[in-house]
Amino acid sequence: MSNVMKRVVLAGVAALMAVGGVAGTAYAQRDPAYEAARASGKVGEKMDGYLGIVGASTADLQRLVNDINIKRRAVYADKAQAANATMEEYAITAGCVAIARTVPGEKYQAPDGSWQTRTNAPPQRDSRCPA
Amino acid sequence: MTKAELTWTGEGATFPPMRDEHSKPSGRRWTVPIMIAATALLSGCISVSSPDKPIVIELNINIRQEVIYRLAKDADNTIKENADIF
Repeated sequence: MSNVMKRVVLAGVAALMAVGGVAGTAYAQRDPAYEAARASGKVGEKMDGYLGIVGASTADLQRLVNDINIKRRAVYADKAQAANATMEEYAITAGCVAIARTVPGEKYQAPDGSWQTRTNAPPQRDSRCPA
Repeated sequence: MTKAELTWTGEGATFPPMRDEHSKPSGRRWTVPIMIAATALLSGCISVSSPDKPIVIELNINIRQEVIYRLAKDADNTIKENADIF
């Protein structure tokens, strides 16, 4: 292996590590309590773009859901204004995407309003949702 | 027309040239009955009635879908950027 090739390979590895490092730190991760509530199906993604409580509500669960929904609402308001859309339109679109991004075992709201458990199959979504 | 005197004294004119020049041409005699018959036939085939409910065109759905398609990419990015709350 020539010196030039070695240098190219080293540069490539360095670049990959740099990209990986940026991707790992740029986006904050879910709070462990939120992650656990999702995984256990206590909370689910609603069609309107907000989080919902699936089964029996507790004070802790309600606080967690309210906290996230208030933050989501602020994000929707900001992004909707930038995209020249209403907050409701933006939230519904985000709901389409959030339901599509659920992983098997998590809960989501089907178009008929019922809570469904995500399987490996595509989720049941509103007909207005983009593919 | 001196010959007209003959029809006044005889039976009613049945031959077209002998009829009064102001009467309608015989070709139109059946126009109105045919129209009535055609109308009757048509009404037997097609019945047009006004709907009992108001006609509602749901433009809202189409507008929404267009908006959702426009926002989809943006929303996808937003969710990725705010992974802690999604």
